[in-house]
Amino acid sequence: MPSPFLLASIQGSQEQGESGRVLDNWKDNKNVFWTLAGPGTFWLLVFFILPLGFLFVMSFSDKAVIDGEISITEYDYLTGISNYIRSVDALYLTIIWKSIWVSALATVLCLLTAYPIAFGICFASERWKPLLLLLVVLPFWINLLIRTYALIAVFRSQGYVNLALGTVGLGPFDMLYNNFAVIFGLVYVYMPFMVLPLYATIERLDKSFLEASLDLGASQFTTFLKVTVPLTMPGIITGVILVFIPCLGSFLTPDLLGGANAIMIGNVIERQFKAANDWPFGAALSFMLMYATFAALMLRAFLAKRSAGVDV
Amino acid sequence: MTDPIVSIRGVSKRFPGGVIAVDNIDIDIAQNEFFALLGPSGCGKTTLLRMISGLETPTEGQIIIAGQDMALTPPNKRPTNMVFQSYAVFPHMTVEDNVAYGLRVTGVPADETTRRTAEALEMVKLSHLAKRKPDQMSGGQRQRVALARALVKRPKVLLLDEPLSALDAKLRDDMRMELTRLQETVGITFIIVTHDQDEALSMASRIAVIDKGAVQQIAAPSELYEQPATRFVADFIGKVNLIDAKVLSRSGKSISCEAKGLGKLKFDTDKTCGDSVAVAVRPEKLKISKAEPKAAGLIKVQGKVRDVAYYGDTSHIVVSIKGGPDLQVNVQNDSRTGGSGVERGQAIWVSWMPDDSLVLTE
Repeated sequence: MPSPFLLASIQGSQEQGESGRVLDNWKDNKNVFWTLAGPGTFWLLVFFILPLGFLFVMSFSDKAVIDGEISITEYDYLTGISNYIRSVDALYLTIIWKSIWVSALATVLCLLTAYPIAFGICFASERWKPLLLLLVVLPFWINLLIRTYALIAVFRSQGYVNLALGTVGLGPFDMLYNNFAVIFGLVYVYMPFMVLPLYATIERLDKSFLEASLDLGASQFTTFLKVTVPLTMPGIITGVILVFIPCLGSFLTPDLLGGANAIMIGNVIERQFKAANDWPFGAALSFMLMYATFAALMLRAFLAKRSAGVDV
Repeated sequence: MTDPIVSIRGVSKRFPGGVIAVDNIDIDIAQNEFFALLGPSGCGKTTLLRMISGLETPTEGQIIIAGQDMALTPPNKRPTNMVFQSYAVFPHMTVEDNVAYGLRVTGVPADETTRRTAEALEMVKLSHLAKRKPDQMSGGQRQRVALARALVKRPKVLLLDEPLSALDAKLRDDMRMELTRLQETVGITFIIVTHDQDEALSMASRIAVIDKGAVQQIAAPSELYEQPATRFVADFIGKVNLIDAKVLSRSGKSISCEAKGLGKLKFDTDKTCGDSVAVAVRPEKLKISKAEPKAAGLIKVQGKVRDVAYYGDTSHIVVSIKGGPDLQVNVQNDSRTGGSGVERGQAIWVSWMPDDSLVLTE
């Protein structure tokens, strides 16, 4: 999973500006340096780099053939790129492509919903702010599995939505086990990851920029497009990445809400590791996904460079 | 006054929670005036400025700009532009784009926008930095961008919120002159908010002194300094010695009073007064002498030098008098030797012409 790496890169990019001197100071002292850097380094190395390296090697390996039979537990290591060749098969490319657009759509919907929420919280009174933020993170306190099953209760044929629609003579509609259900589930699950970075940037935004824009003759809408959005771009980009990347790799939500009709690449990978017992191919697919993730991160770096100076 | 460009009539602003920021203010500001709203922080002057710009709505009263009631006019439709205290120069745009912003969003044709932007940058001497981003500029330069951005709109009224407070002392003096020069060249009414009396006195043609949301006095700088209407104004504008006095008798325009430490004094005043007044006199109007001054009609008192502070061009001498407040006397150090020539602990006479002092009734 790419998430620790991702978080580190995002935090790093935000701290570059200010931390220079403090870092210099504790870098000078070797003992202090290793006391502070040691645990993190150990953690990354043992629980992240090594397993990832193992999977990377695995992606270039094959299951061993012993006595003419394919072994269940043994592997021939570093046999070539056959797994990658398999992974660019039209079947998998279709699923990867579908995962990308489902994730992209979920991210856009997340952004469109989260922006007004974040804005609302920022302009709420000091008394309401902590409560509203608590409501945003409240779902984290409940297990993802339970929340997803709860969604099934909402959307199934005899669920609340269909019940409500039935009273006005509509439906019942099939809202489960399709792309709609998956996208809705993803938006629901990852919404806080979009709201929080947006909230952080909007909160820091100097409101006199907006006032200046109005004062100079711009309408509220123009002000939003030409001042608010560009100035909150760092939050938008961070939110988009924090939502898009986990969406791309998600398997629980499409598994429970999408069923067989709305499979995503995460489900394929999961099946390679479990049902199909084909770790090398699962590893190759995982790395394909990681490359897509890196591409997204590079896009962020590119966009961040373009909006340089905005990081107020 | 011929038709005022800005007319503030009975304007009040109450914030939720019962805070009265502005309390029933009336001000008329004439075309081409350099008008200052002066007061301590929290006195409501910025709120008043924001109500003129439309960023804040009055709870009561009317604001009329160029003959039109602005009650239903949002800030983007008002003939005013504002220079914000934080400048609010857009960090994601170049200097040029910042200045052109107000023209572009209101649909001014591209060639006219380019021409007017260039003119505005020329006016604030920033043409050579047109392509810079604000984060590569100093505070003073950013302020010029904010000025150009507001002036390029050719507003009827330019509003400036504490424009000099974020600049260092040297730059502040330059900018003060620059603002006066600009105001004369562009011929636009300037309304400036400041808590700095020097700023207001040196730049403005008229000043409204505001305290606790209410206007204390509206007058030209010299009148404000020499004829303060209230204790607050006398104390807020420049240094002043205030001596409490009890009114003994009144006859026509003159009153007789007993001032603390000074004894019985007679003053002419056309203001009605209660039983207690204050005698106000500026430190530079006081004279010191070692021997008792002989001239007739002087107000004089003997005291002891408590403190001498040397400021180069002047010395500030604090004299304590029996039964009254300490008096501050400012003397010019006009010879190179000796400074003020007085020492701490020395007995000394303080005197002044009665006309140089003023009776304050409220």
